[in-house]
Amino acid sequence: MIKLFSVKEKQKKDAAAINNPKQSAGELRMQKDMSELNLAKGTTISFPDGKDKLLHFEIFLKPEDGIYKAGTFHFDFQVPTSYPHEPPKIKCKTKVFHPNIDLDGNICLNILREDWKPVLSINSIIYGLQFLFLDPNPEDPLNKEAAEMLANNKAKFESQVQAAIQRGAYIGSNHFPPCR
Amino acid sequence: MDVPGRWKDLDHLLTRPGNVVGPGFEPDPALRAFLHDDCRVLCVGAGGLGCELLKDLALSGFGQIDVIDMDTIDVSNLNRQFLFRLKDVGKPKAEVAAAAINQRVAGVHVTPHFCRIEEKPLEFYQQFQIIILGLDSLEARRYMNQVACSFLAFEEDGSPDLSTIKPMIDGGTEGFKGHARVILPGFTPCFECTLWLFPPQTKFPLCTLAETPRSPAHCIEYAHLIQWGQERPGHDFDADVEEHMRWVYDEALKRAAKFGIAGVSYQLTQGMDNYMMYVGTDGIYTHTVKYEKDAACLICSSGVPLHAPASSTLQQVIDQLQRDPRFEGKLQSPSVSCGPQNLYMHGIFEEETRQNLQKDMKMLIGGSHAILQVNDKKLLAPLRCRLTLSDHSDLDAEMAE
Repeated sequence: MIKLFSVKEKQKKDAAAINNPKQSAGELRMQKDMSELNLAKGTTISFPDGKDKLLHFEIFLKPEDGIYKAGTFHFDFQVPTSYPHEPPKIKCKTKVFHPNIDLDGNICLNILREDWKPVLSINSIIYGLQFLFLDPNPEDPLNKEAAEMLANNKAKFESQVQAAIQRGAYIGSNHFPPCR
Repeated sequence: MDVPGRWKDLDHLLTRPGNVVGPGFEPDPALRAFLHDDCRVLCVGAGGLGCELLKDLALSGFGQIDVIDMDTIDVSNLNRQFLFRLKDVGKPKAEVAAAAINQRVAGVHVTPHFCRIEEKPLEFYQQFQIIILGLDSLEARRYMNQVACSFLAFEEDGSPDLSTIKPMIDGGTEGFKGHARVILPGFTPCFECTLWLFPPQTKFPLCTLAETPRSPAHCIEYAHLIQWGQERPGHDFDADVEEHMRWVYDEALKRAAKFGIAGVSYQLTQGMDNYMMYVGTDGIYTHTVKYEKDAACLICSSGVPLHAPASSTLQQVIDQLQRDPRFEGKLQSPSVSCGPQNLYMHGIFEEETRQNLQKDMKMLIGGSHAILQVNDKKLLAPLRCRLTLSDHSDLDAEMAE
C-alpha cells in the first residue's frame, strides 16, 4: 500500500499545505451556521474579535412580546473548536430576574447541556433563548426567588421585571440595572 | 560502540518477509540504517504514554527523535512516568525525558520542544516521516490530525498523492482501557472521520444541579461547575491540582449533607468507578463498529473536483456549481468559503461579501487551485470542492464525461 520507508527520496517534493490546519472543524461548521443564520427583528449579532474569528460572538436579544418585552439581553457565545460535537458555552451578560437564569449569567436551557445534539445549530440556540424569554419556566428554577414569584404572583413578577427593564429596580436584595 | 547482537531482534523484523507486514514492505538490511540515521520521528506528548513511546522508539532503532510537550513534571506523575525522578519535579517533561533517553540509550538523539503544539509552524511538522501521539485530550488529537491531513495532496483523479502522506499513530489510555490506531491520511479513516467513536460526556440539567440534586454526582458537578466560579473567580480549575480536587470534594460533601445525599467520595470526585469486571473464560466483552473513511470528511476527503475557466468570477463559479448535475437539487443558495475567508455568504454576511461576486476568482483564492467549502441549507454538511481554474480543453472534456 504505502512504501513508508521510501518516503525519504520523495520528501523534496513541494508539499504546500492546501488545507489550513489553523482552521478547526468547529470553525468550518460555524461558516455553515453563519450562512444560515436568520435573526428575528430586533436581534443583532456582533463579533468582538473580528468577523474572521467566528468562534466568539455576542447576541443582543430583544423580545417583542411577553414579560420581558422591550428589554435588550446580551449573551456571550464561546464556541469550542470541537463544535458541534460540544455545544457553545453561553453566558447572559445582562443581569436579569429570570427563573432560568441565575445572577452569574448561567442559563438553564436543555439544549445547551444535556440535550445538545450536533444537528442543532446557532439558529436553534437563539430560538431556544427567545423561547426562554417568552415562556419562563418556574418548574425547574435556577433562580428560585424568581421562580417562586412567577408561580405565586404573576402580575407582581411582570411589573417588577418591567420596572427593572425600564428604570432599573431592586427585586429582593438585588439591584437590576435598566436594559432597554 | 554497538554491543554485539544489539540489533539481532530488530534485524529479524527488518530483513525478513512476514505474514503480518503490509503489502508494500520490502525487507532490506539498509532499513536499520535508515531508521537510525535518516528517519525522523516526532513523539507528541511526554506523559504516561509518551515515556513508554520514547523508550520503545529509542530501543527499536530510531535514532532521530523529537518530543514535544507543554507540561512540567508533577509529583503525581512519578508512579508511571518512569523517565522522571523526584529531583525533576517542576521541570519541563519534554526536556527531562529527552535527557533521560539520550543518557541511557547509546546512539540515540532526542530533541525536546517545551511548548504547545499550536506554537510550531507547519514546516516543523513537515520534517518528520512519522508522527506518534501520546496525548490526553480530544482537542489536541483533532489538532494533530488536521496538521497531518493538511500535507495531503491529491492527484487529478482525486486519489491521494502517496508522497504527501504523513503517517500518524494515535494511542490513548484511560483507566483500564486503551486504544491504538494508525492513521494514513487519504487511505484510512482520519480522526475526524470517526469522531462519533467518542461518546459525549454525561451532563446534568443546570437547574437540577442548582435546586434539586438527587445523586452524589449532582453535588460534585455543582461544586465544580457553579460554586467554583462563584467562590474562586479568576482561578481556572485544574483536575491535576490536588488542592482544587479537595476543595470540590469538600464543597460537594457539604452540599450532599445539606440535601441528605449519601455516597460522595474523593474517588467519585476524581470520576472513577470502583469496579471492573473481567471475565476471561468466554473472552472479554467487546463490540465492533464500522470503521471507515467518511467520504465527505471536512479534514481528509479529497473533495469533489470542479474545473472552471481561468477567467471566472466568483459569480460564474457559483452559477457553474448550481448547474452541475452532480449537485442537482442540493444547491439552492450556496455560500462559498476558502479556508477562513468567506467569499460569498448568505445570512448575516451577505451584504459585505456581495461585492466579491463580480471579482476575479483567481485573485480571490490567490492562485489556480483551492479547496472550497460550499454551504447550503439543503446540504447536511459543508461540501468540499477541489477547484482548478484553467482553460485546458482536456479538462473540459473530462468534465463533460
